[in-house]
Amino acid sequence: MKHLRSIEELGVEGIVRILSLSEHMAQVNQRPVPKVPALIGRTVVSLFFEDSTRTRISFETAAKRLSADTMTFSVSTSSVNKGESLRDTVETVSAMGVAAFVVRHKTSGIPWQLSQWTDACIINAGDGWHQHPTQALLDTYTVMSTLGRTPSATCLAGLRIAIVGDVRHSRVARSNVQAFTALGAQVVLVAPRTLLPPGVEDWPVEISSSLDEVIGDVDVLYMLRMQRERMNESLVPHLGEYSQRFGLDERRATLLRDTALVMHPGPMNRGVEMVVDPATLPGNVITRQVANGVSVRMAVLFDVLGGSEATTGAQT
Amino acid sequence: MTNQQTINIRGGRLMDPLTDRNGRMADIHIAAGQVHAVVDSGNDLPSADIELDATNCIVSPGLVDLHVHLREPGREESETIETGSRAAALGGFTAIVAMPNTEPAQDSRIVVEFVRSQGERAGLCEVVPAGCITLGRAGEALAPYDELRDAGVRLFTDDGNGVQDPLLMRRALEYARDLDVTLAQHCEVSRLTTGAVMHEGSCCGHLGLPGWPAIAEELMVHRDIELVRLTGGRIHFLHLSTQRSVEMVRVAKAQGLAITAEAAPHHFTLSDESLRSFDTVFKVNPPLRTALDIQALKDGLADGTIDAIATDHAPHASHLKEQPLDQAPPGMLGLETALALALSELTMDVYDVLAALSWKPAKIAGIDDRHGRPIAVGEPANITVFNPSLEWTVDRNSGASKSKNTPYHGRVVSGKVRHTVFNGHGVVIQGIAQL
Repeated sequence: MKHLRSIEELGVEGIVRILSLSEHMAQVNQRPVPKVPALIGRTVVSLFFEDSTRTRISFETAAKRLSADTMTFSVSTSSVNKGESLRDTVETVSAMGVAAFVVRHKTSGIPWQLSQWTDACIINAGDGWHQHPTQALLDTYTVMSTLGRTPSATCLAGLRIAIVGDVRHSRVARSNVQAFTALGAQVVLVAPRTLLPPGVEDWPVEISSSLDEVIGDVDVLYMLRMQRERMNESLVPHLGEYSQRFGLDERRATLLRDTALVMHPGPMNRGVEMVVDPATLPGNVITRQVANGVSVRMAVLFDVLGGSEATTGAQT
Repeated sequence: MTNQQTINIRGGRLMDPLTDRNGRMADIHIAAGQVHAVVDSGNDLPSADIELDATNCIVSPGLVDLHVHLREPGREESETIETGSRAAALGGFTAIVAMPNTEPAQDSRIVVEFVRSQGERAGLCEVVPAGCITLGRAGEALAPYDELRDAGVRLFTDDGNGVQDPLLMRRALEYARDLDVTLAQHCEVSRLTTGAVMHEGSCCGHLGLPGWPAIAEELMVHRDIELVRLTGGRIHFLHLSTQRSVEMVRVAKAQGLAITAEAAPHHFTLSDESLRSFDTVFKVNPPLRTALDIQALKDGLADGTIDAIATDHAPHASHLKEQPLDQAPPGMLGLETALALALSELTMDVYDVLAALSWKPAKIAGIDDRHGRPIAVGEPANITVFNPSLEWTVDRNSGASKSKNTPYHGRVVSGKVRHTVFNGHGVVIQGIAQL
C-alpha cells in the first residue's frame, strides 16, 4: 500500500490486513519496552494544517515505537504563514528525504493533491469533511476486539451501530460508515435533516431523526462531536435543542442495552452531545479508542512504509 | 495592420446563415478586408497573395464567443489580451466578448477602451468588451450604461457575481431598455452558495465538499424571467447549467419574452463525478452538474432554447489552481476546444453547431453587422475554415493560452480549425497562428 487516503481506497482486504497487524502491534505495546526497530532510519513528518492534539500525538507515538524519526510541521510556526504555497511546502520538506507524510487539513482532497507533488507516502489524518481513515480503523478495531471477535471481512456482521449527530460535516462519520458497513455491520444515522449530507439516500445506511426510537436496539452508540461554530449556519435552533433531541443524557442512557458500547471520537462536548458522564456507563470504551489508536497507527505506518514483519518481533 | 492581403480559400464547403443546412461547395476571394468573390468550386478566382486549402473543410463565418475572461488588466500572470486572442483565433473565433471582471472592472469608458485597443494591437480577433451592470460589480449602484454604450458596449454583466438585489436588477432592466442594450446575468443566489466548491448532490456529499445547489441558479433565473416580464427588458442568461433552468427558459421563450441563453462546453461534456479526483481543474462556477443536467443542456441546444455555445474561458495560472479546493479559483480554459467539443459531443448537425457558435451569439453581442455574416460579396472577411472530422488529442502544454487549466488534457476530440481569417487577414494558417 502506497498511501492511506480513504477507507474506500483501502478496501475490505486492506482493512482486514490493518486489523490483523494492529493485533500484533497491540502485543508490542504490552511489553515493558514497547519499541521495535521496524522503521529505523525512516522519517515520518506530521504535516498538520489544522489543530489536533490526540491524532498528532497518537501518530508520533506510533512512529516512535517503530523507531522512525519524526518531525512535526505545524502551520503556526512555518513559512506557510509567509505565504508559501502548499505545493512548495511539500516539495521543500520532501527534498529533505521523507518517507511518509501524515497530513491533516481543513479541506477535503488535500491528500490526493499532495500525492501529485511528492513521492513520499501520504497518510490521511483528516481532510475536511471527507475522510479520517485511521479513526475508522481504530474504531473498528475497538468494536471488534471489545466484542472478542477476530479480523475478517465479516467481523462486524450482525451488529447494529448508530452514528449520532453532525454527519454532514463529519469526516469520522464518512469513514466509519464505509468501514463498518464494509465489515458487515448495519449502520443507522441519527440526525436532523440539516445535519445529513446531500445524497445520503444513496449510502448503505438507515436514517432516523429520533434517537429515542433507535437507542434501545443498538450494539454500538457512536456519538459525534457537535461543533459550536455550526450554530451560526441555521442548521439547528440552538445547542440546547440539539442536546434535547440528540444528546446522550441520563434518561436516554437507561434505554441502552447493558452490552451496548458507547463511543466518541473526541474531543467531547460535555453538556451537548454527551450530557451523562460516560465513565458511569458500562459500555463506555472512549478511552480504549484512544489507546487502540496507537496500535492501529503503528499498523498503518508499518503497512504503508513496507516494514518487514520480522522486525516487529511480535509473537504470532 | 494593413488591409492589403489578398486570400483565396478553395475546395471547402461553405455554410452560412443564407446557405441551406448542407452548405455548398464554393471558393472565395478576399481582398481589402472583404469578401470579393464567391464562385462555385473549381471556377476561376483572381490570383491572391495567399492560397488557403479548404479540402475536406467547412468554410463558415468566424465563430463568436460571448463569454471570455482575458484577465487583462489586472491578472496578466494568467492571461493577456494577446495570448487570449491567439487562443481564440486558433479556436476559430473572430470575435470574443471580454467579461468585465478585470481589475479595475470594465465599468468606465477608459477601461473599456483600453481592452478594445489591446485587442486591436494583438490583431488576432475582435475583442469586444462587455460592461458591468453595477459599479465595480459590487451590486450596489448602476454602472454608466450610456457612457459605456458610447464606447461601443452592447452587453452588460457582473459575471462572476449575480446581481443579488431585486430592486437594482429591476431598475437595471428598465434603464437598459431605453438604450437598446442587453443585460447578461450570472445566475447565482450567493446566500445559497457560500463556500461552495462543487455541485450539491450525491458526489459532493460523498466527498465532503461544500455544495452549490441547482436551486441557487434556478431562483435567479426565475426571478429575472419575471422581471423581464414586468419591465419589458431584455436579458441573456450566461452559462446555464441545470435542467430546471433550461425548462424555465423554454417556457419563457414560448411566451415571447426577450430572453436568450448560452451553455458552456464543459457543462454539456463533464459531470460532478470529475471531482472524485480532487483535481482543481474541474472546479468551475457554476459547477459541473449531473448526467441529467448534461442531457437537458444538449436538448436545449438542439431545440434552440439555448441560443449559443459560449466557452466561459477562464485561465488561471498554475500556482493559483494548485491550492486547496476551497481556495483555488473556479474556471477552466475553453477557446481552443469549444468547436471540437460541440462537434464531437452534440448530436446537432454542423449547421446548427455553427448557428450556436457564430451567427446567433453575434446577434446577442450586438456585433452582427460584422460577425456571423453571410459569406457574400461585400461582407467583412471574418471566416473560419475547419475540418469537422479530423481527430486530435488535447494537450495542455501546447495551447496558446498563458494558462494550462484545460480539463480535457489527453482527450481525443474531432473537429480542428485549419485557417482563421480576421478582417481579411490570415491570422491562423494551417493551424498555426501567424501573429
